[in-house]
Parts: sequence; structure tokens; C-alpha cells
Amino acid sequence: MAQQQAFILNGVETAVASEADTPLLYVLSDELALQGPRFGCGLAQCGSCSVLLDGVEVRACVTPLSAVLGRDVRTLEGLPSLYAETAGLDEVPEYTPLQTAIIEEQAIQCGYCYNGMIIKATELLNNNPSPTEAEVRAALNGHLCRCGTYPGLIRAVLKAAGSGGELA
Amino acid sequence: MKTRAVVSLSRRDLLKAGGALVVTFPFAPMLFAQSRQAQPGPPDANSIDSWIAIHSDNTATIYIGFAELGQGCSTALLQFAAEELDMDMQQLRTVGLDTHVTPNQGGTYSSSAMRRGGPQVQRAAAEARQALLSMAAEQLAEPVENLSVDKGVVFIRGSNNPALRYGDLVGDRQFNITFTGSAPLKDPASYRVVASPLPRHDIPLKAKGTYPYMQHQRLPGMLHGRIVRPPGQSAYRHGIQLVSLDESSIDGIDARAVVKGNFVGVVAQREWDAVRAAAVLQVEWDLPATLPGNDNLFSRMQAAPTNDRIARDEGDVSLFDTAAVKSVFSATGPYQAHVPFAPNCALADVTENSALVLCSTQDVYGTRNNIAGLLGLEPAQVRVQYHEGAGTFGHSCWDDVAQAAAVMSQHVGAPVRVQFMRADEHGWDTYGPAHIGRMQASADAQGKLLTYEYEGWQHHWSLVDTTLQTANGVAASEWPAMAAQQINPLVLGGMYNIPNIKLLNHHVDGLDYLKGAWLRSPLDLSFTFVSEQCIDDLAWQLGQDPCEFRRRNIRDDRWLGVLDAAAQAAGWQSGPAAANLNNDDIVRGRGIGLGTHLASWGGAVADIEVNKRTGQVRILHLYGAIDAGLTVNPSNVENQITGQLVQTASRMLLEEVLFDQYSVTSTDWNSYPILRIMDCPQITPVIVQRKNEPPMGAGEEVMAAAAAAIANAFFDATGKRMTMYPFTPARVLQALA
Repeated sequence: MAQQQAFILNGVETAVASEADTPLLYVLSDELALQGPRFGCGLAQCGSCSVLLDGVEVRACVTPLSAVLGRDVRTLEGLPSLYAETAGLDEVPEYTPLQTAIIEEQAIQCGYCYNGMIIKATELLNNNPSPTEAEVRAALNGHLCRCGTYPGLIRAVLKAAGSGGELA
Repeated sequence: MKTRAVVSLSRRDLLKAGGALVVTFPFAPMLFAQSRQAQPGPPDANSIDSWIAIHSDNTATIYIGFAELGQGCSTALLQFAAEELDMDMQQLRTVGLDTHVTPNQGGTYSSSAMRRGGPQVQRAAAEARQALLSMAAEQLAEPVENLSVDKGVVFIRGSNNPALRYGDLVGDRQFNITFTGSAPLKDPASYRVVASPLPRHDIPLKAKGTYPYMQHQRLPGMLHGRIVRPPGQSAYRHGIQLVSLDESSIDGIDARAVVKGNFVGVVAQREWDAVRAAAVLQVEWDLPATLPGNDNLFSRMQAAPTNDRIARDEGDVSLFDTAAVKSVFSATGPYQAHVPFAPNCALADVTENSALVLCSTQDVYGTRNNIAGLLGLEPAQVRVQYHEGAGTFGHSCWDDVAQAAAVMSQHVGAPVRVQFMRADEHGWDTYGPAHIGRMQASADAQGKLLTYEYEGWQHHWSLVDTTLQTANGVAASEWPAMAAQQINPLVLGGMYNIPNIKLLNHHVDGLDYLKGAWLRSPLDLSFTFVSEQCIDDLAWQLGQDPCEFRRRNIRDDRWLGVLDAAAQAAGWQSGPAAANLNNDDIVRGRGIGLGTHLASWGGAVADIEVNKRTGQVRILHLYGAIDAGLTVNPSNVENQITGQLVQTASRMLLEEVLFDQYSVTSTDWNSYPILRIMDCPQITPVIVQRKNEPPMGAGEEVMAAAAAAIANAFFDATGKRMTMYPFTPARVLQALA
């Protein structure tokens, strides 16, 4: 077994045993049994496995573990706590405003792609709190949805932006 | 840095947890209630207890036989139960589909959950309520007419004090009554829960990331498996022919090969090892030229000997010869793929005399039978559980992957989880079959349809999945003729009054083509692509507005309702098509169309933009109306219409399975692109609600209408007709030349 190696997973220093060339996706989903990042294509084409690496969306299926050692990896599971930190909240909410907007808009069908959708839209809103519809579309264009839920997703992201960071 | 604990469970912890075999819903909180005693099903459909259990805490579990596919049926079916039981949605639970627990309502396809399943759940709930009230009447010594129920609490009329709760009457005991279906149902005018846009109960978990997808299921002692196949399928008959395999090629990886007949897979403790081993395992396949390739597909289909069947024949279609206005039109539809966003996954634990299979089948009982045949077990020895995967839209690889997991588990004697890789799902799908349609129709000088003749060529669906074919040597074969989708009289002229009509089906033997199966609204897009363009052409030749022309010929109020609803939503302006052609590079057009699948009524309007210089087509706005009779959950149906319209845009503009003479070459999202969010049109879903009509399907009934509307919009914009889809720039430029 490889030497212990660590990265910061959702704010917590986490040691893992996978070999350094293992794609981060398998470290997260197989070794650590997380449900957020999930296999979709293994080719960085669909966005199913997206995580935030130091705040930037990356495809975990093609990112080797060696590339994230010591760095900040944020998965879907860690978005409420990230939001609490950013917004200076004392308690971690159950959902971020974006997740709340997605629920309110009933945007989801099968929902499998929403790990990537939420990760990417979170990155967008962190960088651009008031995006236009065109900016939302441009940001999410690398993420596929087979159910065709794009219209509801766009509404939800714009709604979350409109909430001005307030908890819904 | 926070000190919050990481919410995760390592694989080793899971392994340590060992022992218990049945890990049904490890991550599910309240979504699925406790299962009752599991035993080989199906439970007796004639017993109320097979459908409903009332618990002592005054909640109820409703056992339903339909799969939650992201369409919301597990919420909508409970609405029927809540309505008839006089309970709140919050008091109701359902359980996951399981051949040891849930009733057999048939597969979740053909938009049947509400149409077939809704009335069953509704009647079972009404009968349970009737039994509960008669028990209450006896206990309270009051006539039933004096009792009312609110949230499962019984009141004596005139009193505000609760007299009894359902839970007090049967809590956790069985009803032991026969399901006769005779209990009176609520008057639709009194509905409180049915026909309301209630939020779906799965969405919060899906937004949070805690929803237990199939891909998240684990069993103690489980190995990871991957299949090893050529990158894309050859002709169905050929299957896979293994020549040689060099297991030393994976020596450096902690994995081993599994070979049975022509079936090849690998298993490993760690998932990444299985992925790597499958990628590097050296295998030689026999890959002769067995396919026509895209270029020769339609000529070969049309030249092939066919089995012919007349699907409809009324009046005298030879009146075409002397009709005032005539149109002749032929067009084709491509093979299209299901390609769920996540490839299918399954987990099997096979022993000498039992098999537990977790997978994303649309039909747990159907899959149970074919797994039993594969493994040489009795159906009662096989337990199949449904776990939702990514949206499947028909028969994607869920049977194939379940069979692969079962074969590997039987071979290695441990539970095996098989996740198809992207190329497995793209390249080995049972595709929506290609179609050729040839039509001629005519009208009189006033614009009344006179004759309609349609001939359609396609092959049937594949009966034997690739794992069964390769591992057990079962020969490829097609579904029996009438079980597979053929030309569809509802969609082909069924919306119009046509005195003289003839529909002819040419069945092409499918064994020398790609594998086929039902893909959302099977073949209907190809049917209306021909038929509704031909109808549109008659209107154009008469100088008539295409919407008005359809209205003049419409069959009944249901069709008229969706036509008008779509037209009204779009603000349809009357006038003949292609009346404003110009020489601009970029032109716009609007079209209208009608269609459905096997029930319900769909109408659509499309606004598109064509770049005549580049051949690029953009769909700007789609309006889609569905009359599904009683719409149980309008929010779900709006979502379904939205999804259908977006998927139709994708299928009309982009989707086509590519293959050469040797194999399929569409093996990922680059070689089989689907619509992206930048290109997603504006979408306007419209529901024609008919509370007093039976509930029908709403999962696939507006796609054919939308496909036709897009095609007709192209003509409105350019004055030319497309005869092939998807509308690639090359095809558009050819049509405009």
C-alpha cells in the first residue's frame, strides 16, 4: 500500500491510502465513499465528477491524487460549510442558497448531473455574484444534462444570485 | 480549519461491517420506509395488503410497482393514495422496487405509471379507506355516513373531537381483505391532493447529494468489475467473437480476468484497478465487416426482403390520382442512443442457489426472469431490486450490466459491482432503430384531407442482451413482431379525419443491423418527421395557414385542444408557411406539429433560425402542449414537457449513432454530442388539464409533435424541406443548394 498522503477535504485534513496516480474521483468515491463526485464518462467530457480544487472547478476523473496533495478539495458535501464560511454564518445550513433555489424551482429530474451543475454554478457565483443568463449558460456549457433540465437550472442559478447571498 | 467530522465511510469500514447481506438503502433517510417481510414475489395483487400498510403511528406505506426515473412518479402515485385515503402526503411513504416486496404492475415504460398504475393505487386506497371506515363505524357504533376523515383521523360528524385514528384500527396489522376494485372513488371536483403541483420528495436529497443512486450501492466483500469488449458493437448477429486473451498483460495490476464463452471482464478489490485492468487487458477480437455503415444504411434497408403488414386500411387510397392537391414525401430517421448521463451500473451477489441483483431496470420482474435464465436458477431464487441511476429514457444497458454483474459474481463467488464505462454504454446500447418513411397524401380544393398512404421500414427490438449472447452463447433474436414498436396508427394520420387511409409496415430483419430497443417515444419522431411535413406541404400548396389546415381536418376535441393550446401559447399568427422568404444569411421560421406515442395528445410550435451560409440551425423557442387526461401533478408534467422538448431539440439537431462497416464509432460525448446549455431553446410547457378524464402518459407524448414543428419551421424559414435528421450543417447546406 502506498504511503499515507493527505489533502484538505471539505475543510478537514484527510489522509488516504490510494496510490498517487489514482484519479481523485476513485479516491473520493471508492476509498472515501463520498456520494457527490460521481462517475459519468471518465474523459472530462460531462462534468459528473466535478469538485472545487482551491476554489476552481476541476474534473476529478482526470485529476490524479498527486495533483491535489496538500490542497483544498471541496465536494458537493462540503458546499454548505463553504457557504457558511464565506457568508460568516455561525451554523452550517442544510442547503446553500443555490441548492435551495434548485429545490424551489423543482429543477431536477434524475439529478445525477447535479453534482457537477452545483459545483460549477457555485464556482460561478463565487466569482460573479450577479451573472446574466448568458453568463450562466456560458459557465455551465461544459456540463451535460441528458434529462433536459437546463431551463429550470438557469432559473435556479439566477434566483440564487438574486438572493444576494441571503439564506432562503 | 473546521473540526467537523467528514461524513464518509471507507470501504474497509464497510467490509468490517460484514455479515448482513441485505443492504437495501444504506444512505436513504426517510425516503424509503422499512420493508415488510421479504419473500419471493410478486405479492398477491388481489390483496389490499400487497398495496397498503397502515402503521400504528398513523402513517402508511404504499407499495407501488413503478420505478422512479426522475419523472416524479413516486410522488404522483402517492397523491392518488393520499387523496383516496384522506391522508396527508407527509403521512405516506413508499419503498423501492423489489421482487421480494413490491407488486408487479408491469414495467415502467410507455408512460404507463399514471395510466396503468394510477388507477390501481387509487382503487386500492379507496378500498382500504372503505374498510377502515367500516371498522371505525363498528367500533364507534355510528353509521359510516356519519363519519369523516382528515389526515387519517376519523371524526363523527358534528364533532370536532377526533374519535379514532387509522393507526388505532389496523396499525401494523394486515387488512386481510380482497382487492375488488369496487370501492367508490372521490369526485374529481373534490380533489385536494390530486391535480396539485406538489414538490417531489426526491429532489431535496438529489440537490444535497445524499440520494442513493444505483452507482452508490455497496455490499460487504464486494469486488469491482468492468466488462471488456470491442469499443463499439458490430452487427447484432455477430455479437462478440473472442480470438485470444493475454492475461499476463494485467500482471502488474491487482486484478484478474473473468472469461465465460465470449464474455470478458475483469474484477479487482479497488475500483481504479478494475478500470485500469479493463483498459490494458490484451484481447484480440474477430471483427469482420458486418455492418452497412451509415452511408449504405438506408439503401440496404430498402433493398432487404421484408415481412409486410397492413396496419390500417380504410376507403380507397387510389383517389389520390385524381385529387386536387397532392404531396409525395420520403424521409429517414437515424439510429439514436439512450446514453444515460451516467453509464449503467449493477451489483450482484450470486450463490449456488440464490441471486441478489441491484440494478436500474425499468421492470424488476422482467429482469428477474432473464437473470434466472442466465444463471440457471428459478425466478423465485432471484431477487431484483431497483435503484435509480441516471435518466434512461428506455432500454439502455441496464439489463446488460445486470447480467454482466451476475455472470462475474457467479464466476468469482463474491458480490461484484459492475459500472459500465462511457464507451460500453455508448457503443453497446440497444439503440432507437433507424426508420425510412415514404408517404403520399392528398386533399380536395377546400383543404379537406382525402387520402393518406404511408409505408415504413424498420427492424424490431433485440431480445437477447449482449452478456447473455456472449456468456451463454444464446443466439441473437428479435422481439416477436407485435411486441415491438411498428408504424403507429395514432401518430400516422390518427389525429385527422381521413376517409381513405392505408398504413403499411415493412419489417426488416434486424440481425444484420445494430441492436435496437425502445427509446423515448419510440420511432414517433421519425414518423411525424415524414407525416407532418407531408401534411404541412398540402397546406402550403393550398396557400392555407398550417394551423388552420390542421384544425379543419382534426379528428376530435382532444387533438384540437393541444393544437390550440400550443398555438395560443406561441401567439400563432395565421398565414401560409414560407411566405416571407428572403436572401438574408440568417433567416427565421416557425412551424407547428401534432403527435403522441400510445396515448395522450401532443401539440407543439417551434421557432428556429437557420444560417444559410454555414448551415447552422438554432432552435430559439419550443412550445409544447400535452393533454394527458387528468394531470395528477402539474409540476411533474411541466418538467416532463420541458425535458421532452429539450431532448427533441437535441435529437433533431445533433444525435445520430455513427458506424462504419465494422463497428459503432459513436463511443463518447464527442462522437455522439447532445444539446448543451448554450444551445438550449426557450421552453414553454403547456398542460391541458382534464380532471374528469382518466390519467394518461405524459413522459414522451409531445416529442413527435415538437420534431414535426422543428422540421416545418425549417421550411417556413427557407422554403426547403429536410429529408434527414439530425440537421447537421452539411445536410442543411445540401438541402438549401
